[in-house]
Amino acid sequence: MAFSLTLNGKTLDVDATPGTPLLWVLRDDLKMTGTKFGCGISACGACTVHLDGQPVRSCQTYIDDVGDAEITTIEGLNTPIGNAVQQAWAELDVVQCGYCQSGQIMQAVGLLSGAPKPSVDEIESAMSGNACRCATYQRIRAAVQRASEIMEA
Amino acid sequence: MTTAETSRRTFMKGAAATAAAAFVVGLTPNGALAAASPGTANGGNITPFVKITADGKIFAIVKHFEMGQGTTTGLTTLIAEELGVSMDEIDYEFAPADAGRYNNLLFGKIQGTGGSTAIANSYNQYRQAGAAARHMLLGAAAEAWGVEASTLTLEAGQIVGAGQSAPIAEFVAAAAKRTAPESPTLKDPRDFTLIGNPDVARRDNSGKINGTAPFAMDVQLDGQMVVVLKRPPRFRATATSIDATDAKDVPGFIDAKILPNKAGVVIYADKTWAAFSARDAVSVTWDFSNAESRSSDAIRQQLIDAVNAPAQFDVTSDNTVSDVAGLIEGADKVVEETFYFPYLAHAPMEPLNCTIEPQKDGSIILHDGCQMPTGVQGALGKILGLDPAQVAINTLYAGGSFGRRATPSMDYPVEAALAFSMTDRTRPVKLVWSREDDLAGGYYRPAFAHKVRIGLNGAGKIVGWDHRIAGQSIFKDTLFEGFMVKDGVDNSSVEGAHGSPYAIPGHYIGLSDAKPATSVNWWRSVGHSHTAYVMECMMDSAAMASGRDPVDFRMDYLANGTKDQQRIAGVLKLAAEKANWGTPPGAGRARGIAVHKSFGSFVAEVVEVARSSDDAISIEKVTCAVDCGVAVNPDVIRAQIEGGVGYGIGHVMRNEITLDGGEVVQWNFPDYEPLRIGDIKAIETHIVPSDEDPTGIGEPGTPPAGPALANAIAALGTRVTSLPMIKNGVGFA
Repeated sequence: MAFSLTLNGKTLDVDATPGTPLLWVLRDDLKMTGTKFGCGISACGACTVHLDGQPVRSCQTYIDDVGDAEITTIEGLNTPIGNAVQQAWAELDVVQCGYCQSGQIMQAVGLLSGAPKPSVDEIESAMSGNACRCATYQRIRAAVQRASEIMEA
Repeated sequence: MTTAETSRRTFMKGAAATAAAAFVVGLTPNGALAAASPGTANGGNITPFVKITADGKIFAIVKHFEMGQGTTTGLTTLIAEELGVSMDEIDYEFAPADAGRYNNLLFGKIQGTGGSTAIANSYNQYRQAGAAARHMLLGAAAEAWGVEASTLTLEAGQIVGAGQSAPIAEFVAAAAKRTAPESPTLKDPRDFTLIGNPDVARRDNSGKINGTAPFAMDVQLDGQMVVVLKRPPRFRATATSIDATDAKDVPGFIDAKILPNKAGVVIYADKTWAAFSARDAVSVTWDFSNAESRSSDAIRQQLIDAVNAPAQFDVTSDNTVSDVAGLIEGADKVVEETFYFPYLAHAPMEPLNCTIEPQKDGSIILHDGCQMPTGVQGALGKILGLDPAQVAINTLYAGGSFGRRATPSMDYPVEAALAFSMTDRTRPVKLVWSREDDLAGGYYRPAFAHKVRIGLNGAGKIVGWDHRIAGQSIFKDTLFEGFMVKDGVDNSSVEGAHGSPYAIPGHYIGLSDAKPATSVNWWRSVGHSHTAYVMECMMDSAAMASGRDPVDFRMDYLANGTKDQQRIAGVLKLAAEKANWGTPPGAGRARGIAVHKSFGSFVAEVVEVARSSDDAISIEKVTCAVDCGVAVNPDVIRAQIEGGVGYGIGHVMRNEITLDGGEVVQWNFPDYEPLRIGDIKAIETHIVPSDEDPTGIGEPGTPPAGPALANAIAALGTRVTSLPMIKNGVGFA
C-alpha cells in the first residue's frame, strides 16, 4: 500500500505493508539505515526519530499512524541544534561502537529544542530511555552540556 | 534500483574506499619486514600493515575489527607516528580474512580480536611497518635530490631537507622500487607526537555521528531475503514439525524450514518486519526429550554444593588442600563467604546478524561485524562445500560485542550458512536476531559459585586461604581447548584468583566443573568477571576482620617487589589518592576500593556511594587508575575504562539470566535492564605514565568495578555475595 510521507523536508511515496513500524519502512523500504534497531519495544531508544520535532521511537510508530507529520531522521539532521549536537559529540569523542548514537543524538536534539540550557537532572531524565551498552553516558551528559554552550555562542 | 555490486560499493562508502596500492609494507611469514608492489602485494607472501597509493594516500590496514574499542584509532596512530604524517593524512581499511597473514600473535594461527590483545600484539608490528615506509620514501627523495637520506625528514606529509620540500606523493613510485629496511630505527618515545597525545581524536567518529557508518545490520543487497529463526523454548530441544499455514497470510513471507540440525526453524521473508511477523505465525512442535529442564535455582544449588565438596581439580600446586585446612584450623579468626554469580548475556546494542551474498562462481561474501574471520571461513566452507578461500569476508563495524560476536562454534554465521544452504543459493540471505533471540540465545557468561575461607592470625595476617570455584567450563570441547585447558583446569574458570599478584600465604584453589546447562562463552573480562569480585571482596572482609584499612591491608600482600606487585600497588595508591581515600566521605556516604590485574593491565577503582533516607544507594563517583603500559591513545583508554566500569557495575547491580524449567525467563531489555545514564554520576580516570609495552584496555576496566561497588556498600553495612545486587537486598536510587 502506498503511503505519502514528509521525510527530512521532502515528500515521497513509499509502498509498504500496513502495520509496519516506521523503523522498518525507513530501513528496509527506503534503505535509510542510520536509524537503528535495538529492541523493537521502545526500551532502548536506538530507533529514535522526530515526528514534528518531537523524539519518538520509530519501532513502535506504525506507518499507518504517521499521516502528514514531518519525519526527521539522523540523515536529515541539518539544523543549528543538530549541528551543535553533532559537533559536541565529535569534540568529546562520545562514540564507541556507535550503534546507539543516532538515537542518542536525535533524543538530545529533541531535549535541547525544548530546553536550550538543561540541568544535569533534565539531561539524565530526557536521555534515560536511550541505552548505550558501551556505557558512553559520561560523555553523552557532557556533550549535551557542550552542545548547549555551542548553541549559546 | 542498483545492482548488488553498486549497492555494495555505495554501502562501503562510509569506510575507506578501496584504492590500489603503489606499495605496501608489512611482514613475511618469518616475521621479517618487507615491502611489496602491485602484483606482488596480494600474490606475494606478505601481511601488509600500511598501504601507500600512487597519489600519496596512506592507509593503515586494520587487522582487528572495531567493536567500539578504538582499534581503528590505535593502529592508525602507530603507523602515522612512525611514518611522519598527521592523523588527517591517513585513513584505514579493514584487512581481509587470512589467518596465514593476519594471525593474532597471542592466539596462534587464527585471525581474531579478543582478550584485549589488539594493541598489545600490534604495537611493534605497526610501528615497524610505518618506520620502514618512511625509510623508503626518504631514500627515494634523497636519491632524487642527490643528498644523504639522513639529512631529510618527513613531517606532516612533506619530505623536507636540502633546502627544499615536496609532498610524499612525488616519491611514491620511486619508493615502491626500494627494499624495505630489515630493522628501521623506531622513534624515541620522547619524540612521539601522536602516541600518547590526548588530543588525537577517534577515527570512526564522523560516520557514527551522522548515521553513515556501515554496520552489518545495515547491509541492503538487491534481492536479499531476511531470515529469522524460531528457536526452541528450552536449550537442546529439537524441532519435529512445523505448521506455516497462518504465516502464508503475512505479506513478504517466503518459506519456513526446519534447520538440518533440527535446532530451530528458519523463516524466510522479503524484509525484516515480514520475517518477524511470520515467525509469530509459524507454529512448531518440539521434541523436549534431550532438552534442559532445570531451573536456575537448581543449577545454583548444584554449584554451591560443589564448592562445599572436595574439588575436582587442584589448581594450585604449592599447598595441598589438607595443608591449608590445617593452617586455617590453627588460625585465630576465620572469614568465610560463599558467592554466586548468575548467567549473564552480552547484549550488544546491535543484535547479531550477518549476510551471505552468493557470487556467480559459487563463492560467497559474508558481510559481518566479524570478530573471528578465519574461524568463520572454515566453518562456513565446511557447511557450504567451499574452500575457506571461497568465503570472502567483508568486515563491517560491529555494534558492540563484549565477546558475543566470537563463539567457538561460530554460531550465528553458521546459522546463516545453514539457512542459505537450504535455498537455491541465488539470493543473498541476511540473518537477523531480535533482542529476544539475543537474551534467550545462550552463549552466556557461565554461572559460578565460589567459597573462600581465610584464616587470620592474632596479628590480623592471612595464614591460609582456601578458595573453591565451581562453574561450567568455557573452553572444554572447543577448538581452543588446547590453549586454555591444562591438566583438566580451564584457566578461564580460575584466572584472576590463580595467578593473582597478591602473595597470599597458604593459598589453595580447587575447581569443579559444572554440568552444562546451556552454551557459555567469554564475556567481557571472562573469568575475571567473577574472580576479581571474590578476591577483592574477600580482601576487604579480611581487612575489616583485622581492623585494618583496606588499602594498607592489601599493600601487605604486595610487598615482595615483583614488577606486577609494584604496578598493582602503583594503581592502588594512585586511585586511593585521587579519591581522597584518607579523608572521611561524609555522612551517609562510603567508599569501596578494588584492584585487579587482567590482560596484562592493572586497574584500581574507588566507588563512592551515598545512601538516601529510604536506603537507596546512588553511585556518586568512580575514580580509576590504570597502568596499561604505553598509553597509545589516552582518550581511548579513558573511554574504555569508562565503558568497562559501566559494563561491570550495570550487570552487578541488576542483571541475570535465569531459567525456569529450562526456559529463559528474560525476554527483552525491561527484564535485563541496561545501565542507564543516571546510574553513575561521574567517572574519573588517571593513567599511570609507563614505558612498558602496551597491554589490554578493552576488558581490564570491568573486573574491579563490581567489587569496588560491593565494598562501598559493605562499608555501609551490607556485604553482597550473591548477584545481582537488586535481588539480594540492595536498592538503587
